[in-house]
Amino acid sequence: MEFEVNKSIFLQIADIMLSMIIRKQWKEDERIPSVRDLAVELEVNPNTVMRAYTHLQESEIIYNKRGVGYFVEKNGCAKAKGLKKAEFLTQDLPQIFDKMDVLDMSIDEIVELFNNRKS
Amino acid sequence: MISVKNLSFHYAKKKELFHELNLELGQGNIVGLLGKNGAGKTSLIKILTGLLYPKAGECQMLGETPSKRSPQFLSNVYFLPEEIEESNLRMDKHVALYAPFYPKFDHEAFASNMTSFGIDSSENLKNLSYGQKKQFYISFGLASGCSLLVFDEPTNGLDIPSKSVFRKLVASSMTDDKLILISTHQVRDLGNLIDRVLVLNNGAIIFNKSTEDISNQYDFVSTDNVPDSTQWLYHERGLGNGRAIVRSQEHLESKIDLELLFSGIVAHPEKFKTTAHE
Repeated sequence: MEFEVNKSIFLQIADIMLSMIIRKQWKEDERIPSVRDLAVELEVNPNTVMRAYTHLQESEIIYNKRGVGYFVEKNGCAKAKGLKKAEFLTQDLPQIFDKMDVLDMSIDEIVELFNNRKS
Repeated sequence: MISVKNLSFHYAKKKELFHELNLELGQGNIVGLLGKNGAGKTSLIKILTGLLYPKAGECQMLGETPSKRSPQFLSNVYFLPEEIEESNLRMDKHVALYAPFYPKFDHEAFASNMTSFGIDSSENLKNLSYGQKKQFYISFGLASGCSLLVFDEPTNGLDIPSKSVFRKLVASSMTDDKLILISTHQVRDLGNLIDRVLVLNNGAIIFNKSTEDISNQYDFVSTDNVPDSTQWLYHERGLGNGRAIVRSQEHLESKIDLELLFSGIVAHPEKFKTTAHE
């Protein structure tokens, strides 16, 4: 598994988990892989994976059943999308806007591309 | 788990290698020991495992003094040196002979490690390549049940798929009561595996921090994003953007660039000093 340069590994692991939940590969109220199993799959330190689990637990996207494992919260998918959306709005979009400024592009050009994207 | 106080060491008739070196390490971590060639990584490991004796100072490991080489201590420590001794034994015979020295040896885990590497225990060690021998000793070490595992350059000689197997096996065998100490130059191979970075330079441990603290305290940025060079603790020019280390301000939680960090620490140790409370 190759990780990006700019984001710490534990946040990138959290991203992988969020995308599994958003794509419904990990379903609500179902058990997700153990910290160790995910660490082995991603070839990273289990303590780092644990930080990602703690992060998503604090965001109430997954929960821990003592002695059983971690599960996706009932409305985990919606919350995961909310988290990714906030990140998109606060991090990705400003970067795109900056680039548009540099390239002298107006929002109208983008709107047109957006409206025509499937036709 | 490891406590070294004011350790001094030199080889016969050579100048001092370690002068009053101090080091504390707890369990439940995979620690990367970094240092330039000749910094003394292997000598330090040998002192920690009881193969070399300190000239002065104290070295405690698992509550014992390594140089006394008590059976209790030795049965709880596994050291895989970079250069492996020649052996004329079949691997299953080697296990039959040496596993009894490790009371917590897990034969099932050993068999499963060997399967992961794709090697067959009925082969004789003398017929194996350097990389395959390493795979055998790694499989043995990770199954030994020892609280302290020390690997000196474990990924040297491993092919690309075996490096991946190595990372998986280490991740799966890591438990809260173990300490895995890996000395390496191959930070790209092991960067995601270690959760504490130790740097040995000029006879002293000049850096000892968890990766969590590192990513909270430093950001690894492109020089274009932080153009003010007075903020750079260290920087390197590269193709396109240069890379720089700056003090973390916004908690960007950027990914740790271990090669850049190591070069920075060695070039400007004073800027990366570990404070006493850490």
